[in-house]
Amino acid sequence: MKQLPELIFNKSKEGKVGYSFSETELSDDLIALDVVHRREDIKDFPQLSEVEIVRHYTNLSHLNHSVDSGFYPLGSCTMKYNPKINDKIASFEEFSAHPYSPLKLVQGNLEIIKMLEEWLINITGMAGFTLAPAAGAHGEFVGMKIIRQHLSSKGNPRKVVLIPDSAHGTNPASAHFAGYEIKEIPSNTDGIIDVATLNEHLNEEVAALMMTNPNTLGIFEKNIIEISGALHENGSLLYMDGANMNAFMGIVKPGELGVDVLHLNLHKTFSTPHGGGGPGSGPIGVTSELVKHLPVPLVSRNTNSNRDGDIYHVSYFNEGIGRVKNFYGNFLVMVRALVYVMALGKENLRKVAEDAVLNANYIRKGLQDLLDLPYTSKTFHEVVFSDKGLNVKTLDIAKRLLDFGIHPFTVYFPLIVHGAMMIEPTETESKQSLDAFIRAMKTILKEAEEDPEKLKNAPFTTPVTRLDEVRAARQLRVKWERESESLSR
Amino acid sequence: MSVNVKDLKFTKDHEWVRVEEEIAIVGISDYAQKELGDVVYVELPEVGETKEKGEACSNIESVKAVSDIYCPVSGEIVEANAALEDAPEIVNKDPYGDGWIFKVRMNDSGQLDELMNSDQYDEYLKGILEE
Amino acid sequence: MKYFPLTDSDREEIRKFLGIAETRELFSDIPAEKAYYPLDHIPSAASEDQLIKRFKEIAKENKFSDYLSFLGGGAYNHFIPEVVNHLSSKGEFLTPYTPYQPEVSQGSLQAMFEYQTMITMLTGMDVSNASLYDGGTAAAEGALLALRKARKKNTILLARNLHPEYIEIIETYIRDLEEYKTEYIDFDKETGAVNLEDLEEKVCEACAGFLFQSPNFFGVVEESQKISDILHSKNAFSIQVVAEAMSLPFLSPGGKNGVDIMVGEAQSFGLPLAFGGPYLGFMAVNKDLIRQMPGRIVGETVDTKGNRGYVLTLSTREQHIKREKATSNICTNQAWCALRASMYLATLGKSGLMKISKINHLNTAYFVKEIAKFKHVSIKHKKNFFNEVVLEIKNMTVDGFITKLESKGILVGVPLKWFHELKLRDYESAVLINFTELHRKKDIDKLLRAIGELQ
Repeated sequence: MKQLPELIFNKSKEGKVGYSFSETELSDDLIALDVVHRREDIKDFPQLSEVEIVRHYTNLSHLNHSVDSGFYPLGSCTMKYNPKINDKIASFEEFSAHPYSPLKLVQGNLEIIKMLEEWLINITGMAGFTLAPAAGAHGEFVGMKIIRQHLSSKGNPRKVVLIPDSAHGTNPASAHFAGYEIKEIPSNTDGIIDVATLNEHLNEEVAALMMTNPNTLGIFEKNIIEISGALHENGSLLYMDGANMNAFMGIVKPGELGVDVLHLNLHKTFSTPHGGGGPGSGPIGVTSELVKHLPVPLVSRNTNSNRDGDIYHVSYFNEGIGRVKNFYGNFLVMVRALVYVMALGKENLRKVAEDAVLNANYIRKGLQDLLDLPYTSKTFHEVVFSDKGLNVKTLDIAKRLLDFGIHPFTVYFPLIVHGAMMIEPTETESKQSLDAFIRAMKTILKEAEEDPEKLKNAPFTTPVTRLDEVRAARQLRVKWERESESLSR
Repeated sequence: MSVNVKDLKFTKDHEWVRVEEEIAIVGISDYAQKELGDVVYVELPEVGETKEKGEACSNIESVKAVSDIYCPVSGEIVEANAALEDAPEIVNKDPYGDGWIFKVRMNDSGQLDELMNSDQYDEYLKGILEE
Repeated sequence: MKYFPLTDSDREEIRKFLGIAETRELFSDIPAEKAYYPLDHIPSAASEDQLIKRFKEIAKENKFSDYLSFLGGGAYNHFIPEVVNHLSSKGEFLTPYTPYQPEVSQGSLQAMFEYQTMITMLTGMDVSNASLYDGGTAAAEGALLALRKARKKNTILLARNLHPEYIEIIETYIRDLEEYKTEYIDFDKETGAVNLEDLEEKVCEACAGFLFQSPNFFGVVEESQKISDILHSKNAFSIQVVAEAMSLPFLSPGGKNGVDIMVGEAQSFGLPLAFGGPYLGFMAVNKDLIRQMPGRIVGETVDTKGNRGYVLTLSTREQHIKREKATSNICTNQAWCALRASMYLATLGKSGLMKISKINHLNTAYFVKEIAKFKHVSIKHKKNFFNEVVLEIKNMTVDGFITKLESKGILVGVPLKWFHELKLRDYESAVLINFTELHRKKDIDKLLRAIGELQ
């Protein structure tokens, strides 16, 4: 079984060298800094040879499960395949310009930004986009600030944002950072928000409703048009969390459902790699009325070129919410997303959602006789089961799945389902892969009945067994320290 | 430390109060510590600060949740249980005794009447568990 | 098409299993008049060879690589060893999600733990998190941390010589939080550094802390210890922002100069210029602030057999548990960028980092020494620079200067008049020039000659 490699600090030795760089012709006599500012040493900083570095990280990589190695059905994360051509094109040196390069020297990059914006406009039906936000949560924050500025310009930013009880934690956190109080509204027995419940909560304090569609139960919020109407009548706006866009991209446009502000996750729907936790990109799309509130910088295309012949320009000042990120945003992530949509084209765009939803329904039907399905509404791209009636915990099932080479589904989210198991296969799984998952689940659920203790001790075949999270929090060790006791026996 | 739970007062947020003259000693109930799971950290209130009844003055962290502790009576914080800094698990092991969190010098002991007694708290818990 | 493993017969089988005739039936919850809209405006699919061709054409529209560049100002062109590209491109690092199931994520988690450790070594601080989006948002998070921790205080002080984009971002973040406000501390016209008298005057009871950048936007190294002392005498936090991480191996670290919170941009550690992103925000704090720190933190622990392992810890501060009471809304961060930084730092090691950071300074010092012989230009802040200096142009407009040098194949630097606030403060005719280890002596000589020709 694979083992964790020793930490680099323990492999370090004075005299080892891992890099090669030419010597300078200049003498140290030139140093022009007061001694008080100078550094003499970086205590305990490691030094290794190149071969040790390559082995270290190669061995670390073997300890990870990834989309490239197997099924990864994390709900609401859309762990679809990350095409390698995206990475290749993103690595073209010609794209890696300094962000302060004169605009006439980076017209290609500005064209890429504009092209992606246009694709997103066409796919979503929103009027304008900012590609600046670095991730979904960042985008949510930007979206809520746009709403706030818009309402302020009308005289009153208002105080409250309504958020369904099934919402992802970033929703209330982002709204809070935009200066709003949160009020939770309950989903009904179908798992969606109904207009009557919304109306009970609407008053002149409400700035917006943040709605995920399909929601975290994988169910389409079919009252969305009516809900949007009710909000608009109340002078409030509809924010749509587009994390689950994979469920209906190419089938319906949020802009036609009454959405005022939409965020997308390029690292979900648009296939850019998750990287173990980023970088991502969280573009925000808005209606034409809100375009003036978008953050800077904003790239525009001039149809009449000026005397330099430039087509693309950038504005750094507008009436909008200001700057939210350094430079242009996560540009190389945008390149990957653009390559992806161009590879899909109109012939394949719809297939994404169709296959994603077929796959999720296949899993639902394959498991619904063995697991409790709390909401029986139509399933879109993800299905959520509960732990009702099981004599083991959801966590135990998840840990046992690891032994089958399958990454578990999302556990204990959304909060409104007890012991939630949120399964999103995506469209990039073969039928064989889905069948293997269903077989694994059947085996595990049988074990749960016959030998529940086994599950409580799973996983057995992973590089480490269950980790003591309590100890990690009580005895905080968040960095290596010399001469500290090794934790292993 | 042996404590007679029957003598304690309780709040709806699962804090308990033990009174010693003008001092109210505060902790969390056995139900609360079970719900939280293994306590990994207790943020103690500042000694010397004055708190109003119902004001958040401390929080308790487990691996899966953080809970605010609300001051059950108004007054000045006169002591905080420093033993919890190195051994937060005492809250789990002995929630009513050594797991006390802080002490308040009450400025209005009449507020104690607004709290539940032990039997009332048991009833209250039954209602929650039935939900 | 290659991204869709389902064949038509698979789809048939699945539909049969589900008891539906057409896939469309699965979408019946969507209002019929809005569903299945025409796709006329969407271009046709491009095959892989067509994509490469198309993007090579777009790449040709970029002409910046024809120039010798001295552009800096928050993004720096440093040498990246090939192993960093090779190792970070492994699918096992690039394609997993956040390590929510630690048993199958030890690779990412241990690399993060090593990254956190190296950041604390470089900054001299107690603890580091696993990354933030970039330097500007990290600066904003640093300000918010101070305001959160200093509960009764509502003001954050900002140095006027912070990177202008960082100031913009902080202002955007703070604007909608009505309980907080910002105030500015001026800098000395001569030295380019924070005016310590102004700071002393303005640090008040309501001030949670002061954000200053060192080296600052003009490239000048600040008196961090003196700044920290002033702040601590008034119970305020000393928050150092670093835009050029390559300064860390060369300069005395914040942790040794009384700094409480260090934030900034670590793009210099193994990330290409990438037209501005993805980059890497970092944050490192003193240990009593660890529970206030936003972002992921990796901790060491043991498994059921007593073997060493790593987990995300202190998650209860985060949005998925604390929701609106979270320390931040951050979820996806820049983990892969931190991984690259980890690899870069391990590869260069102590000797490499100290040597390369010194070359940055020597190149700059050489330029400063040689440029002194010209009268038509002068270095504005002559003392205590690291790898950036401000050059004032005396005999023509800065636009004219830049254009003339462009015609000689040189991008001399970032004109400071781009930044409105600086334009107002006598930087109308100045350009920010950066030197890294990638500049050879002959590149600097070429620049000097070209500038000399403009006398």
